[in-house]
Amino acid sequence: MSAEPVIHLDGVSLTLGGRPILDRLSLEVAARGITALIGPNGAGKSVTLRVIDGLLRPDTGSVRLAPGRRAFVFQRPALVRASAAANVALGLIPLDLARRERAERTEAALARVGLSERASDAATRFSGGEQQRLVLARAWAMQPDLLLLDEPTASLDPAATETIESLIVEMAGAGTAVLLVSHNLGQVARLADETVVLSAGRAVERGPTRSVLFSPRTAEARAYLTGELPWTSFAAAS
Amino acid sequence: MSQTLQETFARLWTLDRDVLAIAWLSLRVSLTAVGIGLLLGVPLGALIAVARFPGRDALVGLLNTFMGLPPVIVGLILYLALSRSGPLGALGLLFTPTAMVAAQAVLATPLVAALTRQVIADAEAHLGEQLRSLRLSAPRRAGVLIYDARFSLFTAALAAFGRAISEIGAVLVVGGNIDGHTRTMTTAISLETQKGDLSLALALGAVLMSLVLAVNAAAAFLRGHAVKAYG
Repeated sequence: MSAEPVIHLDGVSLTLGGRPILDRLSLEVAARGITALIGPNGAGKSVTLRVIDGLLRPDTGSVRLAPGRRAFVFQRPALVRASAAANVALGLIPLDLARRERAERTEAALARVGLSERASDAATRFSGGEQQRLVLARAWAMQPDLLLLDEPTASLDPAATETIESLIVEMAGAGTAVLLVSHNLGQVARLADETVVLSAGRAVERGPTRSVLFSPRTAEARAYLTGELPWTSFAAAS
Repeated sequence: MSQTLQETFARLWTLDRDVLAIAWLSLRVSLTAVGIGLLLGVPLGALIAVARFPGRDALVGLLNTFMGLPPVIVGLILYLALSRSGPLGALGLLFTPTAMVAAQAVLATPLVAALTRQVIADAEAHLGEQLRSLRLSAPRRAGVLIYDARFSLFTAALAAFGRAISEIGAVLVVGGNIDGHTRTMTTAISLETQKGDLSLALALGAVLMSLVLAVNAAAAFLRGHAVKAYG
């Protein structure tokens, strides 16, 4: 990993609806490669992504980001009742591109996720897997410096998951820093260079994915990893 | 009673040019008012839905209250403004179709805005985070959400049309029910009823109902087609 982190959270706390979600969370994410953010439900993973993206403001602490473009892929595909192409192009509005370049990038992104043929079809009629490919195509078209992914393959079948994963790997290879929230530990093992374990709003463990997954040092990380069904099957298979 | 009905049907067949002119004026005034109401109310409602500012809740409450604005009050206020000694008296608009359009637009706008706000707030719950994450400005977000919710906004347009075409208080006060100039379906029906020509009043009522039905049917047809393409 390079020296300068792309994300630097320092002592971030956030209470939502009277419930403390983040508790003096400190976190660094490498400027290259894929970092996975794992932990039990309610640990604050999705909220952490939202704080990083500026959608939520922390009560205390600081959020420092390297300058650059961010793209956020939400767990539930957020699509407008419009064509697939229009939904990809939506992500390009803030980039102020010339009409022609916007069209080219949209076309390339749809081609990349195998949806070229359906460019003018209604996006909200797509299947779950197609919708998630479409929102990832939108992120891909934006050519972000930082990609935030909130369980991008939850509820997708293996084929769709494979497509999404290959896109993530490709974007990371092209220089996009990726922060991936996932409950699929097999996926984390396949994709992530680094893994951070979140528990009760704090980062309890961080390190190279293999060592975090195979030999967790903290009790919280161990508790999460041993209680996780996909992980046990993955460990048995490997 | 049965004689009145018989006469009504007889007169429906022989509706003269005057009645058609009245029907056309009613339709023209109300559709124009709804058009203005949509132009003003949709962006206003959508902006209130996406923007966060102090006094927003109060504004929403006010808007919801204005949905029930009594037409005759709107007519009266506009009458005062447009009367010769009023602030807008110089325009010479009192007792013209333009004044009637203005009055109905005042009725339609808050209705459209309030319904739009609700529809856009629902769309925002689904898409809002994504749009904010894309760092789109509030007007841009409102625009995208209006587009997303465009089929639901049909209902707002129809509600506004229903309110405009069926009201009598506002057009009566600012229009004056002048024969051949500002007489609409509702003011004509009221007048004929007072004169005791019930069969004509009923015939006019049937025409008015047909108009409303035709506009709603046309809207439903258009909406159905649009939804089929991009539901």
